[in-house]
Amino acid sequence: MRLTPTVAGGAALCIGLLAGNAAFAGATLDAVKKKGFVQCGVSTGLPGFSSTNDKGEWTGLDVDVCRAIAAAVFGDGSKVKFTPLTSKERFTALQSGEVDILSRNTTWSLQRDTALGLNFTNVTYYDGQGFMVPKKLEVTSAKELDGAAVCVQPGTTTELNLSDYFRGNGMKFTPVVFENDDEIRVAFEQGRCDVFTTDASGLYSNRLGMPTPDDYVVLPEIISKEPLGPAVRQGDDEWENVGRWTVNALITAEELGVTSENVEEMKGSSDNPNVKRLLGTEDTMGEYLKLDADWAVNAIKAVGNYGEVFERNVGQGSPLKIERGLNALWTNGGILYAPPIR
Amino acid sequence: MATNIPHYVRSQSTESLPPPVAERGVVGWLKRNLFSSIGNTILTLIALWLLWEIVPPILNWAFFSATFTGTDRASCDGAGACWPFVNARFGQFVYGFYPVSQRWRVDAAVVVLLLAMVPLFLPRFERKLAYALGLLVVYPIVAYVLFLGGKFGLSHVETSRWGGLFLTLVIAGVGITTSLPLGVVLALGRRSTMPAIRMVCVVFIELVRGVPLITVLFMASVMLPLFLPEGVNFDKLLRALVGFSLFSAAYMAEVVRGGLQAIPKGQYEAAAALGLGYWKSMGLIILPQALKIVIPGIVNTFIGLFKDTSLVLIIGLFDFLNTVQAGLSDPNWIGLAIEGYVFAAAVYWVFCFAMSRYSQHLERKLDTGHKR
Repeated sequence: MRLTPTVAGGAALCIGLLAGNAAFAGATLDAVKKKGFVQCGVSTGLPGFSSTNDKGEWTGLDVDVCRAIAAAVFGDGSKVKFTPLTSKERFTALQSGEVDILSRNTTWSLQRDTALGLNFTNVTYYDGQGFMVPKKLEVTSAKELDGAAVCVQPGTTTELNLSDYFRGNGMKFTPVVFENDDEIRVAFEQGRCDVFTTDASGLYSNRLGMPTPDDYVVLPEIISKEPLGPAVRQGDDEWENVGRWTVNALITAEELGVTSENVEEMKGSSDNPNVKRLLGTEDTMGEYLKLDADWAVNAIKAVGNYGEVFERNVGQGSPLKIERGLNALWTNGGILYAPPIR
Repeated sequence: MATNIPHYVRSQSTESLPPPVAERGVVGWLKRNLFSSIGNTILTLIALWLLWEIVPPILNWAFFSATFTGTDRASCDGAGACWPFVNARFGQFVYGFYPVSQRWRVDAAVVVLLLAMVPLFLPRFERKLAYALGLLVVYPIVAYVLFLGGKFGLSHVETSRWGGLFLTLVIAGVGITTSLPLGVVLALGRRSTMPAIRMVCVVFIELVRGVPLITVLFMASVMLPLFLPEGVNFDKLLRALVGFSLFSAAYMAEVVRGGLQAIPKGQYEAAAALGLGYWKSMGLIILPQALKIVIPGIVNTFIGLFKDTSLVLIIGLFDFLNTVQAGLSDPNWIGLAIEGYVFAAAVYWVFCFAMSRYSQHLERKLDTGHKR
């Protein structure tokens, strides 16, 4: 999915260098509090992550991260404004201060974390490149795909990962390239290729776009690491902390069984010191973040814990029906693990 | 002399017979136009076959097996088009993210514009030019206040919430109304005898025409913020509007220059002989004729501009087309790209066709018999 021509990389680097001197420390949280809303950069449209519903409201996992942060800061998840950004604009928008936080299915990588002047706060979704095949081929593993015709977008990391994987496993493939998902979907549907490869989350949404989604299956192999998460400007630790710990609070809430429905009740009744620390009835976590004691309560009330956010937007509660997989809690076989809130 | 021998001379002509059946009516028309030769007959048959292959499946898809009511894509059976998508999102397609309770303001602005334009179409109304110029100054202010709000008790609606067909019309409207005067000025400047002015105009026109619009927009939205001091942010829409206006002005300038060059030298000399200065001879003699000649070119540029507005999607503005596309990323409506694009194409066509017809009407109305 992510474009990697040298031009884009070069331009991005230039932008990073130009913007390097523009970072301003510690000011975002104050500025956000002053203006009364969080300006959040999201994707112009990615099913399950950021899209608009029939009423024109933004919904999705990336969107809910911003709502949670707004709720943590203001106690109101609606105090957030969304700036839809294309993949080319996204870094400039963050660096120039057009948005306060970039929650736009952006892969955390070393170069972005350093040269571009961004800091990623968390991983909110562990994505990775996968394969989808028609059920009638009766393929159960990507290792059986030797000699397959593979539909892929040209000039993306996806294409590079694909050839690495096939070469690494001593298999051959014929690439069938198309510029966008819609074209690939039609080609795949008509059998012009046996395999459709892109990020797993994209495979699920594309499968949904097929006339008969049940005839296709996403294979279990994930061949690349695409940790997606929100990013903030480098050098503003205060604001970075707010972003990081709001997401950690949502994950911790799931661990502790706090949901948007029982959060008030747990706040009043729970004796578990971890819950009490999270919900601000013990110790002063909010103060350390320069937020209200209720910061986590408000965030959880606004969007629910991580599990709720996941299931509602991309999981079983959504048309996408993506399995938790890697995104399950560490206690449930996933790798989602939040540092302790204490 | 036998003068009284009656000559059989008809005093009136006989009733003319109707043409043969094969030459008149439907049959005659068919024979003349479709089957006049073997080659034409073959072409006609091929065309009929193509129509038969293309039209019924399209009608079938769009109407007969289409689904018209429902709440998400599950309510469509997949046999035909899934129109509930367009239906559910129609408001968004038209107004973008403009708050539902405030949408009347957009409607009001359109109504005000239509009402204000009525006098322009009344033949008896004089001083049309002065009125039109006044309207050009007053209306943008009215529309600006209505759309953006923040004054007279109207709530503020920031430009990031503008979208849909409304945004497309705003961009196209601003582009059209600013590019024509700017283009005229640039065209005059390019033909000026003053080297400095001519230089500036030539450089501007050639520079802007030499780069793709998408580059101009991209620079305005991605690079410009980097050169501005931290915290100084021009509105994204404003940046796009400026980019659009300048871009189309450069094209317009060349169209108008074509008209200026088509005016015979005698007209310039006649104007000078009458003792008219530069501005008067241009304003009263040359430009009215030149602009009339290039109406098709001007409207061509306008139509191009109207459709080019969809390019703003690369800078994340939700114009009409982008709003339709955004609808396709809603998990409830994934995979309905064809319906969305067909609807978008139909809407664009309606607007462009209307512009085209209006320009033809204008040409006929302004025709003074000089057409060659």
